[in-house]
Amino acid sequence: MENSMYRSKAFKAYVTGFLLSLIFTLIAWGIVNRHVTNGHHLYSHLFINILVLSLAILQLVVQLIFFLHLGREKKPRWNLQALLAAVGIIIILVVGSIWIMNNLNYSMMNMVPSQEDRPF
Amino acid sequence: MTKVSPMHKEIDKETATSLLGFWVYMMTDCILFASLFAVFIVLKNNTAGGSNGAELFSLPFVLMQTLILLTSSFTSGLAMLAAQRSRIKDTFIWLGATGILGASFLALEINEFTKLDHSGSSWRTSGFLSSYFTLVGTHGLHITVGLLWLAGILFYIYKKGLNETSVKRLTMFSIFWHFLDVVWIFIFSVVYLLGVN
Repeated sequence: MENSMYRSKAFKAYVTGFLLSLIFTLIAWGIVNRHVTNGHHLYSHLFINILVLSLAILQLVVQLIFFLHLGREKKPRWNLQALLAAVGIIIILVVGSIWIMNNLNYSMMNMVPSQEDRPF
Repeated sequence: MTKVSPMHKEIDKETATSLLGFWVYMMTDCILFASLFAVFIVLKNNTAGGSNGAELFSLPFVLMQTLILLTSSFTSGLAMLAAQRSRIKDTFIWLGATGILGASFLALEINEFTKLDHSGSSWRTSGFLSSYFTLVGTHGLHITVGLLWLAGILFYIYKKGLNETSVKRLTMFSIFWHFLDVVWIFIFSVVYLLGVN
């Protein structure tokens, strides 16, 4: 009974989550560090973007499962439903903002200088 | 009730409802951070002739911050496990570790902010730096509030011991702290790693 905490399933889940998070963090950091110290020529910009974002999302999933126990929730899984609603809003917010602002930047590029001064 | 402590029982309905309510609050907090991320991504190239991320950020420094916060997230989870099993000594040890690591993280962040400000890169300098200080500063503010909350919980457990209320508060705190780490992973990736790239 005395040592039950450090032998429990929940404890092992925390250790697993911690180690996986550590690995993902170090991979992302190591690759970017190598890329920067080699004068930014080692990998393409797109590759780094995709890699770093994928590792961040992987780590999010790992922490949700092992630290926040989302997988062990019983039906009707209210926590998961709230999370999915939030993820939906976040994607619309972030992707929508980037999309619209890039579009505005693009439209502004084709303006003649006199048009920029006019408020309307 | 001889061998199994009351904490091993299914948490009662009222506690479950409070925890779900706190979870929903946490989701709205994530949406707040998402809007700050959107602002940062939109403004990150608007440096107004000043320094950009590649010139300002130090990779080893931010890795240290990240590892400290990740470890404190881990220890806050262990504190919750210990509390649920009525192990008061372990609860204090892990909560204390969480507090010390959280405070070190905050100290590093304040140090970075003052350095940036003194080197002529304040929040007034450019759109990039305004959005950077707002995003990272909001996270730091959450950490500060979390540390005060942690101190309150430690004091409560010291006074009243591990009852149902203290375990509930500790569980909420641990959810809060885990989410701050999740938000930091994205700050680490989007602001720092992609910023120096």
